[in-house]
Amino acid sequence: MNYLMRRLATFPLVLLGVSILVFVAIRMVPGDSITAMLGTEAGLLTPAQRDSLAAYFGIDQPWFIQYWRWIGGILHGNLGISVTYGRPVLDVILERFPLTLELAVLSMIIALVVGMPAGIFAATHNEKLSDLGVRIVAMIGQSTPSFVLGLLIIYTLSAGFGVLPAMGEFAPLWQDPLRNLSQMILPAITLGFAFAASVTRISRSAMLDVLSDDYVRTARSKGASARSVIWRHALPNALIPVVTLSGIEFGYLLGGAVIVEQIYALPGLGRMVLDAIQQRDYALVQGSVLFIAFNFMIVNLLVDLAYVALDPRIRLGES
Amino acid sequence: MIPLLSVSDLRVGFGRNPQANEVVRGVSFDLADGETLAIVGESGSGKSVTALSINRLIDFGGGRITGGAMKLKRADGSLFDLMTATEPQLTGIRGAEIGMIFQEPMTSLNPVLTIGSQIEESFRLHRGLTGGQATAAAKDALDRVRIPDAARRLKYTPNQLSGGMLQRVMIAIALACNPRLLIADEPTTALDVTVQAQIMALLAELKRETGMSMIFITHDIGLVAGIADKVMVMQNGQAVEQGELNQILDSPQHPYTQHLLHAVPHFTNGGTTRSDGRRDKGAGTEPALKVDGLVVRFPLKSSFFSRATGAVHAVDGVDFDLMPGETLAIVGESGSGKSTTARAVLGLVRSTRGSFTVGARKASAQQSALPVQMVFQNPYASLNPRLSIESILAEPVIATGGRVDAGTRVRMASLLERVGLPKNSLERYPHEFSGGQRQRLCIARALMLNPSVVVLDEAVSALDVSVQAKVLELLVDLQREFGLAYLFISHDMAVVERIAHRIAVIYAGQIVEIGDATSVLSKPKHSYTKKLIAAVPTVDRRHEHFELDTRQVPSLVRPRGFEPAPARWERFGSDHMARAEA
Repeated sequence: MNYLMRRLATFPLVLLGVSILVFVAIRMVPGDSITAMLGTEAGLLTPAQRDSLAAYFGIDQPWFIQYWRWIGGILHGNLGISVTYGRPVLDVILERFPLTLELAVLSMIIALVVGMPAGIFAATHNEKLSDLGVRIVAMIGQSTPSFVLGLLIIYTLSAGFGVLPAMGEFAPLWQDPLRNLSQMILPAITLGFAFAASVTRISRSAMLDVLSDDYVRTARSKGASARSVIWRHALPNALIPVVTLSGIEFGYLLGGAVIVEQIYALPGLGRMVLDAIQQRDYALVQGSVLFIAFNFMIVNLLVDLAYVALDPRIRLGES
Repeated sequence: MIPLLSVSDLRVGFGRNPQANEVVRGVSFDLADGETLAIVGESGSGKSVTALSINRLIDFGGGRITGGAMKLKRADGSLFDLMTATEPQLTGIRGAEIGMIFQEPMTSLNPVLTIGSQIEESFRLHRGLTGGQATAAAKDALDRVRIPDAARRLKYTPNQLSGGMLQRVMIAIALACNPRLLIADEPTTALDVTVQAQIMALLAELKRETGMSMIFITHDIGLVAGIADKVMVMQNGQAVEQGELNQILDSPQHPYTQHLLHAVPHFTNGGTTRSDGRRDKGAGTEPALKVDGLVVRFPLKSSFFSRATGAVHAVDGVDFDLMPGETLAIVGESGSGKSTTARAVLGLVRSTRGSFTVGARKASAQQSALPVQMVFQNPYASLNPRLSIESILAEPVIATGGRVDAGTRVRMASLLERVGLPKNSLERYPHEFSGGQRQRLCIARALMLNPSVVVLDEAVSALDVSVQAKVLELLVDLQREFGLAYLFISHDMAVVERIAHRIAVIYAGQIVEIGDATSVLSKPKHSYTKKLIAAVPTVDRRHEHFELDTRQVPSLVRPRGFEPAPARWERFGSDHMARAEA
């Protein structure tokens, strides 16, 4: 518990660093909210109009004042107002986040359910033809860009079976679970395939390592069956790299999957952030980056806690 | 009478073409009920492969049995063909009829499972016990291998126990279902000598209790004497000689057996110490190395910000001096502080207090550029595989700010020749050399800077006996030639006896006895030295009974501000003193 407290205490520090980085970075991009909003017409503005618009957006102040105001707002739970949506940034993010979270969770489930057994299978059939097959599929999965796979799935379904992925208005999970799942399953498979490929490769190599360890030989010398050797003795020792990889991938997915969201027309975090950058919606970009960083830190913490649960040799917070 | 196990013309190969890559080439032996067969040989002789073939674990290690026959007499008297058995049949034999223990107790237990569940597994598999019954059986099994406080220890994970304790747990697992054959593959090689004596005693006692047969694999012919009834000597995958214990040890017929018996350093209680280069009393020579009041402590903190709550007193007040041309052996068990002492002398660890004087120079405790060099234990890990031998030998010169010039190259070539390596070695890489050759390289590297003191940290421990003997010989020759002073760190009393002029016995971070090698080995005064010497296995002590001792090594963790009481020394003769015991 003590450890958990100390880890949580480092969160504000990291977020402070992230906030400065994103704040400065977005302002280094040429252009501002006014040109983003009005396009070429921004050139027609009189200096007075321009100044009042700048004052409206709050970009007339020096950057450190802007930063100070922004941070002050965050401390009061106010991430600012999105220029494009005209609503509080947090509301906009929280509206998009459930979809992104659901997509990430579904992809991870697919990745683990498919990838781990495939990796274990390949490891236990090392250098046989079946191992080679799994490795080739995993290699394809890792090297196929998600838009290729996404388009391929849509094309096959529509041209081959006359089925179209459920499009139209997005239905949240709690309103219409069936319709939601029918909308989500293809994007989840698209993301999950590459994810599963990574999981396959890492669980295969981790299992191979572990299977040649001394304690596996000990288990066999006791008369443990092949199944018990794999599931009881080897797998728990091979899980750490799998957890590490899954944590990182999951963390990335929580930041949104721009391409897949675009292909399947899903209103997720990824597209929102991309739009916000194009619109120079400073408050929304800053707010979402902080939000994504926070999620990543939570995922990392969970991964570290999972290590402790998996391996009694790992004790957190001890030098 | 049908033997318990009968192996005839066993052949085992590896790789894609096992027939062409046989490492066991026609081994035959019989093992009667209650008998112990020792298989002796150096690394690569095929002894472990033979052992792993018996319960067919070799199938998982990339090996393939290519020929021969193996028959096991089961408890009901029927014969079980180990060669043709299917994997499910074999899982019924492993653990139930054939138990096995391995060399490395630290890695042979599953790190993520409690030792209790690992012992219980055997009972679950072969006795069908579950729940409370299995736990109770596991506790009994731990009691049987004399682990104190068994009920609590069941919940421990392997990282919470010492190597000796873990090997006992391994034995408990192997013997859980009362197998009638126990295969012990170098079960004590990774353990300290006193722990080794304990494990050997335990094995002997359990063998008496259960009447099981045992196959005991070792490279140490001294250990064989203590436990075996029959001995089989293996070389290059073949049994070159086998017979009754006394017959093999007293009148070996095969030249290789004779060579092995000759090469193994026999411990003779100080009878064969070196007679050259005795301390020159009265002469005004300066010591090559003088260590005064060396203290190394590692503070213990509960977190990064908090104050140290205590310290590990790894070395707690060590003094000695070392004359040119002299070998001081520091002996002790793992965790005693002998390696930390060596590392502190080289500045590889920061000493908390104390001073070193090297030659006439007073050196600060943190100085590293002393004319002191080191040779490490593992010749496989202590040479950078990416560097050519030339770069490896140039490294110390570059590290001390020197330039590699024609003179350096001449020195490299002459040192390589001196340590007995081929001339073309300079362009080659470490992987092209054998273990013994690599250790010669390490010695050459240490000598590049013309040091006055060489620290040898378990420098021959990882080598096979016959290689070990040659490297020791080389070390003695080099010492005479260059007047080197050796600080020889070792746990092996027999090796120490061959090379040391003086011996310091270190226990719990302190020297408990120091003095002339002959005197210390033949007339040990401190109880710990006596215990250490009594634990050394020798070919002369056959079927000796060791007392079981379940005490753990004392903890070196002390509260903050703790200072040890000043030592009181008792003197015995001109150069021999021991710490007075309370």
